[in-house]
Amino acid sequence: MASLSQLGNGLYRGEVSLNIVGRRRTWYLISAILIVLSMTTLGVQKLNLGIEFKGGAEFSVPLAVADDSSVTKARETVIAAGETPSSVTVIGGNKVRIQTPALSTEDSNALSAALATSFAVTESDIKVQLVGPTWGEEVSKNAARALVVFLVLVAIFLSIYFEWPMAVGALVALAHDVIITVGIYALSGFEVTPASVIGFLTILGYSLYDTVVVFDKVKENTKDIYGGSRATYSEAANLALNQTLVRSINTSVVALLPVLSILVVGVSLLGVGTLNDLALALFVGMLVGTYSSLFVATPVLCQIKERQPASLALAKRVAARRKGAVETQAAKPVLASGISTVSAAGPRQQTVKKTRSRRSGH
Amino acid sequence: MAKHYRPARSLLLFTLGLIGLLVWAFLPGENHSPKLGLDLRGGTQVILAPKVAVGQSLSQEQLNQTVAIIRQRVDGFGVAESEVTIQGSGDTAKIIVTIPGETSRTVVDQLKTTAQLNFRPVVAIDFGSPQPSASPTPTPTDASSTPSPAPSQTPAAQATPTPTPTISVAPELLVPPIQSIDASGDFADRFASLDCSKSEILNGATDDPTQYLISCEKDGSYKYVLAPADLVGTDIESATAGLPQQGAGGWQVDLLMTSEGAKKFATSTQTLSAQQSPNDQFAIVLDGVVISAPSVNEPILGGSAVISGSFTADEARSLAQVLKYGALPVSLEVDEVQQISPTLGADQLRAGLIAGGFGLLLVIIYLLLYYRALGAIAVVSLFAAAAMTYFIFIILGRGIGFTLTLAGVAGAIVSIGITADSFVIYFERIRDEIREGKRLRVAVEQGWIRARRTILAADFVSLLAAAIPFYLSVGSVRGFAFTLGLITFVDIVVAFMFTRALVTRLASSKWMNKGSAMTGVSPARLGVITSKQEVN
Repeated sequence: MASLSQLGNGLYRGEVSLNIVGRRRTWYLISAILIVLSMTTLGVQKLNLGIEFKGGAEFSVPLAVADDSSVTKARETVIAAGETPSSVTVIGGNKVRIQTPALSTEDSNALSAALATSFAVTESDIKVQLVGPTWGEEVSKNAARALVVFLVLVAIFLSIYFEWPMAVGALVALAHDVIITVGIYALSGFEVTPASVIGFLTILGYSLYDTVVVFDKVKENTKDIYGGSRATYSEAANLALNQTLVRSINTSVVALLPVLSILVVGVSLLGVGTLNDLALALFVGMLVGTYSSLFVATPVLCQIKERQPASLALAKRVAARRKGAVETQAAKPVLASGISTVSAAGPRQQTVKKTRSRRSGH
Repeated sequence: MAKHYRPARSLLLFTLGLIGLLVWAFLPGENHSPKLGLDLRGGTQVILAPKVAVGQSLSQEQLNQTVAIIRQRVDGFGVAESEVTIQGSGDTAKIIVTIPGETSRTVVDQLKTTAQLNFRPVVAIDFGSPQPSASPTPTPTDASSTPSPAPSQTPAAQATPTPTPTISVAPELLVPPIQSIDASGDFADRFASLDCSKSEILNGATDDPTQYLISCEKDGSYKYVLAPADLVGTDIESATAGLPQQGAGGWQVDLLMTSEGAKKFATSTQTLSAQQSPNDQFAIVLDGVVISAPSVNEPILGGSAVISGSFTADEARSLAQVLKYGALPVSLEVDEVQQISPTLGADQLRAGLIAGGFGLLLVIIYLLLYYRALGAIAVVSLFAAAAMTYFIFIILGRGIGFTLTLAGVAGAIVSIGITADSFVIYFERIRDEIREGKRLRVAVEQGWIRARRTILAADFVSLLAAAIPFYLSVGSVRGFAFTLGLITFVDIVVAFMFTRALVTRLASSKWMNKGSAMTGVSPARLGVITSKQEVN
């Protein structure tokens, strides 16, 4: 912990600096690979849609111990009742889950009675879910509509509160997070249920939340740079990223701990269920969301900003000043590539004071 | 403004507010725990979608009427705390029926039968399934309508039974409701080939009252060709089962039409009573299935009628109920049925609570290790937020029927992280200010001013992310979104009124200003001692 604090100090002062913005090609490459992998996985292995989306019937029979023999038994019972089991699985070691194509309520009652008899359980203990074929379509349609409305409003909010390049950066990061999360779902074969849709929506919220926090710092750091010639937009933004890095790490840890706990407790106590469907989406999404706020949103923002005339002019002034500075053998640029520790810890030199005064930006 | 900030006043206000919520939540004689959703306590939830004919749209009035009828039905089951609610509006509206506890599996069927009711003149009648020979007199099942207590109860063997249909009709054409605008073409063949003994035929379906219909009697005994409806369910004002006043005969059903229904019924019975059997019968058709087909001997002009016959008390009541409650203005489709046993519900609740508790514990340990004294404030703030949320859950459960579902519990667990993040943002800002060489009290003020803006902007996005799915979705997604939104709101209140005040308060203590490593704001650990010396 102490060392994270030390790192925080160093990052804040710019003594330790991760060149995040300057290395955008690396991050873009990493993200591109992840996205291509996600897309490929999606192409090869379709999402495992839950019955809420496909329509059908699901019966969950609680047992003392559920194993392969219970699967066989369940399968036989279903076939004997004249229905077709589309999937029979053991869940959490103490449940058998049977899914069939859509059933009428009468047929479903008959089947649940048959299952109760064959497993010698009380009928009311069997969890039954029937989903009409149009329901899933509606759920998806609602989710898509919510998504579009949300994105439009967020883009408007970000454009007003920040500026449009930040809205673009945030939305690119968002798309990035959602694609990768969906890819993880396809890869893991976890079922996509309304709970996972909730998970996706939360990820949208979280991803943007995190980006807003980072951008707020970027905004603060870049507010006054246009008046001077000390740092380019990208450099100022990069310092903001470094300064907010410890917060990003702490926030992710704090946000992910409860989600991890849902995942662990959910799996060990309940087997598959609402909590798990949700927790996996959240876990991956939040992780990717933190990453993208730092490594995707801000580099994209800088790329747009650096093309604006004001930033181009600023970059020119900074370059001219640096050139002069190098000639007079004065301060060296603070933003080196990679991690460069100027000095471990100890008495601060001239450079530091300079850094601080520049950062305070007045 | 910062100079006038009085942490004590803010703390007092917050504490009073919290106590107020506590008292409100635990008012004597009220329910003292949050209202649990179905997935946490077991029960049956049915989501019904009202369907209207293509090209028509669902009016709010139709929807309300439907809900009122379903509510009556549900109340009829006698389960306490059952609920019928509408979510959404217009054509996408859903009716959500929740019946807690262990319920019979037939509940769904009973809800579903609350459907479309039509009164159609009978065109032809025949045995429901192929008979071995020209049968013995079929047992009459039909009631007759008074005022003509001498019913012609035999459903006319005059339409000579055709034992083995010779015309072959594709099976998919034989699943009722078989409808046709003018009863031409292969309509007669399909009628001849229809076999009512196949069960799927009796499940019911949408029945367009303006078209001809071929359908079966509920028990599969007879099949009918029926003319377009003369009367529909909404024309019935009321129907009651009872014994005749004179005491003679069995149970009967008294019918009262609406004024418009009375006119239609008068016209219809005038025509019908003049016909020969079976054309003097009218069929009561529920969801495309014939419930009963009494014959009419005289025109009934007054708008009230009695259906009598050899009813048992139960049959009469059930027919009356169909006539009254079956008069839904729309048909309903079952979108989703969920039946969860109370044991499973309890398991899910326990798992949710364990996951939440465990997650909270991990967060507390991390905050304490990293932020020390500030971390302790964060922990206290988290508990304040948790208590506030819990009280609000109880109050909302009573007030607006807010139910805590598993998805809601998950939302609450996720919010632990988002709530704690507000504190992290604040603390990191304070530490940044201290790194700048500011004194603790100034750092706390300045840090707040900077953190406040970030917290508000970020929480606004969170609220947006909660509000939109809340308005645009149904079911579990809504529960989750509501919880998330509520907690984001609580987070803002706690951060502004409680956390900030505590931190400000603590910053004026001697111990904090000594800069011990345990404070979490130690200048030495934040690397400022040397620069301070330099500056001073």
